[in-house]
Amino acid sequence: MRAGRWLADHVVMGAAMLVLLYMFLPIFFVVLMSFNDPTSRLSYEFDGFTMANWTDPCGPSGMCGSVVTSLQIGFLATVGATLLGTLVAFALVRHRFRGRAATSLLIFLPMATPEVVMGSSLLALFTSAGLSGSLGFWSILVAHIMFCLSFVVVTVKARLAGLDQSLEQAAMDLYANEWQAFWRITFPLVFPGIMAAALLSFSLSFDDFIVTNFNHGNTITFPMFVWGSAQRGIPPQVNVIGTVMFMIALLLVLGSGVVRRRRPAAA
Amino acid sequence: MSVFQAAVEAEGSLGPEPAPPSRRRPRAGYWLLLPGMLWLVIFFVLPTIQLIATSLYDPNGSLDTGYAMTWSFSNYWHALQQFQSPFLRSLLYAGVATGLAVLLAYPLAYSIAFKAGRWKNFMLVLVIAPFFTSFLVRTLAWKSILSDNGFVVSALQALHILGPDGRLLATSVAVVTGLTYNFLPFMVLPLYASLEKIDLRLIEAGKDLYANGFTSFRKITLPLSMPGLVAGTLLTFIPAAGDYINAELLGTPRQYMIGNVIDSLFLVQLDYPAAAACSVVLMLAIVVMVLFYVRRAGTEELL
Repeated sequence: MRAGRWLADHVVMGAAMLVLLYMFLPIFFVVLMSFNDPTSRLSYEFDGFTMANWTDPCGPSGMCGSVVTSLQIGFLATVGATLLGTLVAFALVRHRFRGRAATSLLIFLPMATPEVVMGSSLLALFTSAGLSGSLGFWSILVAHIMFCLSFVVVTVKARLAGLDQSLEQAAMDLYANEWQAFWRITFPLVFPGIMAAALLSFSLSFDDFIVTNFNHGNTITFPMFVWGSAQRGIPPQVNVIGTVMFMIALLLVLGSGVVRRRRPAAA
Repeated sequence: MSVFQAAVEAEGSLGPEPAPPSRRRPRAGYWLLLPGMLWLVIFFVLPTIQLIATSLYDPNGSLDTGYAMTWSFSNYWHALQQFQSPFLRSLLYAGVATGLAVLLAYPLAYSIAFKAGRWKNFMLVLVIAPFFTSFLVRTLAWKSILSDNGFVVSALQALHILGPDGRLLATSVAVVTGLTYNFLPFMVLPLYASLEKIDLRLIEAGKDLYANGFTSFRKITLPLSMPGLVAGTLLTFIPAAGDYINAELLGTPRQYMIGNVIDSLFLVQLDYPAAAACSVVLMLAIVVMVLFYVRRAGTEELL
């Protein structure tokens, strides 16, 4: 019986480790391929070691430009979606009004709609409005704010709903007015949720291919660049960008953990 | 760890609504809602209506000459007839990928929630980290992993699971592997969030009543993790059914899913009515399946 218990415990943990390995396998390959010296443009195998991709990351024409475009759109979409979404989350958690059910449904629907449907419906709208010739930066941005919005609302709402409102009431008992209570108590407590929502928005926007593909006009984002070059032969520098993105994300997440540990009192 | 802890909590919060708010001034609430809701109405609701309208346009029109609204419901009939197999393939691949994701995600989420101890946050970082490297770049990496001279194919050939000419790339196995991989975090996080909330005293109580490990899993842990399981399957199945990146990069036209068809009809063949009809059918199929599934799973508060 006891041996069975030990086995069950370790089998589950072992399985978990194998799954983590499966999740990391492509990352190992992205890093490995960033040092690849491919013999042909269409090769997906490791042909030889070189540092050239790292010393000349912007070698392939248009690639770094597409990264910059993606960063710009990602940044603006994050600001837009986080702002709009946070306001909605506050309305949902802190205010009573008619039409709550309809509002919640409207927020849920974009998350439950496949991207291909969202992308194609936006294209149908833009085309019928006679805008199909002027698609580009702005149409990508509008679309990204749209699909990030719901995720922001859900993320900030979760944080807000878990907040103890008596803290605010206590502040008001101590003669804080509503604004002071908001800026000095509520906002700092909700801030981690807003930051999480912003990070999520940025990664959703930076990584989006499908919706962008329907509405990009002549603007090329990084995923569009990768997609286009997959047909013609992928430059190994794409893996350099992938590796750098992975390292930045890891540093950000680990960094936020370190800061938290230094300030154990913060919620 | 707060930043992504909040994200994890949020994944689980597709669930029950928070308690009704205690305060005040409905008008302020409307002003807070207005900009966001307007955005969703203009860029989500209106496009959906336009998509449905487009699916009923006269199929004989073209982008240059314009389309007439003729309420051509026959577009749907043609779409279903002509693209039956990509439709069925999408639902099949997404279904298999979701099933595999449950099998892979459960032990991982379970270990993080109950067995990781002080490594819990670290393991959560490990789950989320791969997610930040571009989706497309990771999918291309699978091309290297599954390539004909790669170690996976060699190993399977050595074990005689795969014939000497057998391959993985450009098969449905590769497409499903990619789909499962790409949407796995969407399964792990909600599952973890609902497992984490389980009161361990319930499991102890089960033990006191002579339940063995398997029984207490079946009767306590599994039912209590249902909200996470339902949220996870939806978050995996819906995007997987609409995805066409995996089929395009890891498969061949024989593995094409409905997303590939919609993309090509809209952007290459410029046949808007047929493309819109396919999009609407996909949307309806998903709505119907989700409603049916959520009702069966008995977690209606999710919607």
